[in-house]
Amino acid sequence: MTTWFESPEAAAARLRETGYLTDDATALTAYLAGALEKPLLVEGPAGVGKTELAKAVARATGAELVRLQCYEGLDEARALYEWNYKKQLLRIQAAGGDQSWSETHDDIFTEEFLLTRPLLGAIRRDEPTVLLVDEVDKTDIEVEGLLLEVLSDFQVTIPELGTVTATRRPFVVLTSNASRELSEAVKRRCLFLHLDYPDAERERAIVTSQVPRLDDKVVAQLVDVVVRLRDLELKKAPSIAESVDWARTLVALQVGDLDEATVARTLGVVLKHSSDQQRAARELKLATR
Amino acid sequence: MSLLDTHIGFVEALRAAGLSVSLAEGLDAISALEKVRWHDRETVRAAYAATLVKRHPQRTTFDAVFDIYYPRLIGSGVAGDGLEPAGGPQDTGPDLERFREALAEALAAGDQQALQDLAVEAVARFGAMPGRGPGLSSWSAYTSLQRVSPGELMDRLVQGLLGQGLDDEQAQRAAGRRIGDFTRLVEGDARRRIAEEKGPEHVAGVTVRPTIDRLDFTAARRSDLEEMRREIYPLARRLAARLTKEQHARRRGPLDVRRTVRASIATGGVPLTTHHRPKRPHRTDLVVLCDVSGSVANFAQFTLMLVFALREAFSGVRAFTFVDDVVEVSDSFRPGADVVEVMESLAGQISQAALWGRTNYGRALTRFAEEHPDAVGPRSSLLVLGDGRSNYSDLALPVLGDLAGRARHAWWLNPEHPRHWGTGDSAADRYGEVVSMVECRNLAQLGEFVHRIV
Ligand SMILES: Nc1ncnc2c1ncn2[C@@H]1O[C@H](COP(=O)(O)OP(=O)(O)O)[C@@H](O)[C@H]1O
Ligand SMILES: [Mg+2]
Repeated sequence: MTTWFESPEAAAARLRETGYLTDDATALTAYLAGALEKPLLVEGPAGVGKTELAKAVARATGAELVRLQCYEGLDEARALYEWNYKKQLLRIQAAGGDQSWSETHDDIFTEEFLLTRPLLGAIRRDEPTVLLVDEVDKTDIEVEGLLLEVLSDFQVTIPELGTVTATRRPFVVLTSNASRELSEAVKRRCLFLHLDYPDAERERAIVTSQVPRLDDKVVAQLVDVVVRLRDLELKKAPSIAESVDWARTLVALQVGDLDEATVARTLGVVLKHSSDQQRAARELKLATR
Repeated sequence: MSLLDTHIGFVEALRAAGLSVSLAEGLDAISALEKVRWHDRETVRAAYAATLVKRHPQRTTFDAVFDIYYPRLIGSGVAGDGLEPAGGPQDTGPDLERFREALAEALAAGDQQALQDLAVEAVARFGAMPGRGPGLSSWSAYTSLQRVSPGELMDRLVQGLLGQGLDDEQAQRAAGRRIGDFTRLVEGDARRRIAEEKGPEHVAGVTVRPTIDRLDFTAARRSDLEEMRREIYPLARRLAARLTKEQHARRRGPLDVRRTVRASIATGGVPLTTHHRPKRPHRTDLVVLCDVSGSVANFAQFTLMLVFALREAFSGVRAFTFVDDVVEVSDSFRPGADVVEVMESLAGQISQAALWGRTNYGRALTRFAEEHPDAVGPRSSLLVLGDGRSNYSDLALPVLGDLAGRARHAWWLNPEHPRHWGTGDSAADRYGEVVSMVECRNLAQLGEFVHRIV
């Protein structure tokens, strides 16, 4: 059994060392996920650091990250394993009529013809592994059934080869934008963490740690504006990623004071929809160009 | 109570409040608690939250129940030494003055710790309801808020915030939020003290509000409405995502034999992947006819917001509001319009309409049929929103029957519980014989319904 983090405080400290700044609840939940060996389901709006949390856990613990990116139409063959049909066909054709079917069968259902996908890959690894199942809400409900099977016993049965059991349980992180409710059964298996936009203090710390060259005063001004923008019920509220992008832009433009004109000029970095930009300009009472 | 008793009581109270905590999850919570140190209450809270709360909207309820079972302090606490009201909760003018002065300062500074302490003091000093014996005294958030009346500090707070560089609207909003937060702190502290007096199980059942998506539209208070309004957009987004996904799934039409065979040549004639013809999606015209009188205005507004947010899922949306005359508001739904603006303009029109008298369904239906004869056709779905309380006037049942007959589908959404349908001046039962009457009391039911009809 791997000790992922010794304590919640250790989790916070080690994640911080890799550049990921947590609040207390996130550090505690990450610690618990490791200590209880339970999958961690992280839910929240886009760009608040769900994916990054999994990556940070991997960095902080020296584990390898295995990532299963979910999308509509993802199936078992892409998530778990698949037989390499084309290669098998070739082998059958090459064997011609010289082999009996049972010989051929034994031949073509071996490691050589098995295509390992992330879920199986993560279970088979002997080294510490973080398994990231990213954006689960994008898949169909059947994939959840599959996840449930794998995450319950950390074993996979391949009829032709037998059962593969994890020698070392991976640290599992599932993320979701909550575009739909996940099934009750999957949620029961997991610890749950709702990530939201950080408070102003933590956001300033994140921006400063990622863009150290930006002046503290400008960082504070920037976070102020971003917090106000999030209050406006926009189509796409600015996330941490946008704050960081904005900070980079301001460094590139050598801005020493984030005044209204500069906000108006650079708003496009933070807000992607033009209706959002117009709305923001109006609400923040910016002189529009 | 032992720790285990508290745990068991807590989990049961959560279940009673609508969180479906399984046996396994209860055990998970215990294993989690074994792994953390108990001295920090927020750690205990977070460990419980991680193991028991799997839907974010339930978090508010969870926190309220947690605060009852794991109170932040006992009695008035250290900070509140000497706070107990001497000689009953009689008005003590100077004390009240001094208290409100302190509250005004804490609100202006946004000092969370001070506000929490003041909430404790507000309940201790101004909310005590002495009883005739031990266990009979109680604490009332209502009484203490009545006497402290933080709402009266609003103007002063706004002035202060204006001085800090916020503009008028922002200052109003910030002030409203701070006062609302303080109100909640007082309510929470009153719950804590009642629980202390009478046992937590007594409080959890009565005073903890259901989660926002299960809260009745008709029972919502101002602060609840604000919270509901914030839920609409995410709800619409979830619905829209679900819809596109389902439409994609449905789009897989009949097998395209030629493409499948052609593709199989690459795999020695074995058809490993099949190809399908696209399926034609069909979309509906939606016609919404909605009662916006005072009794159902909130419900109407939320439904219109949701319809608006989902307008792309329909090939056309027309919306009409009525109290006793019918007004078309479809213009507000123009493509590309900003949802917040549309809702502000609709809300404006609605509140105006609501000023005039009481709903007359019969008249409204008749006028609608006369003035907009082309609105409902064989491709439309008709949606009537209202409680069907027609003040005993004519119902125009044949008119509604005719409209429903012309439409492809017709529903009536009613924000009242079915047990009230047909009671008093409710004509819900009679209208229900003509179109199908659907119970729609909260956001969860509204979301389900809208999903069903798209
Ligand atoms: N707690 C954090 N500490 C440091 N950087 C963060 C944090 N949260 C988010 N970020 C930054 O925000 C970016 C977006 O986060 P990401 O994990 O991709 O969002 P999500 O997966 O929630 O959509 C990351 O690349 C990272 O730069
Ligand atoms: Mg992500």
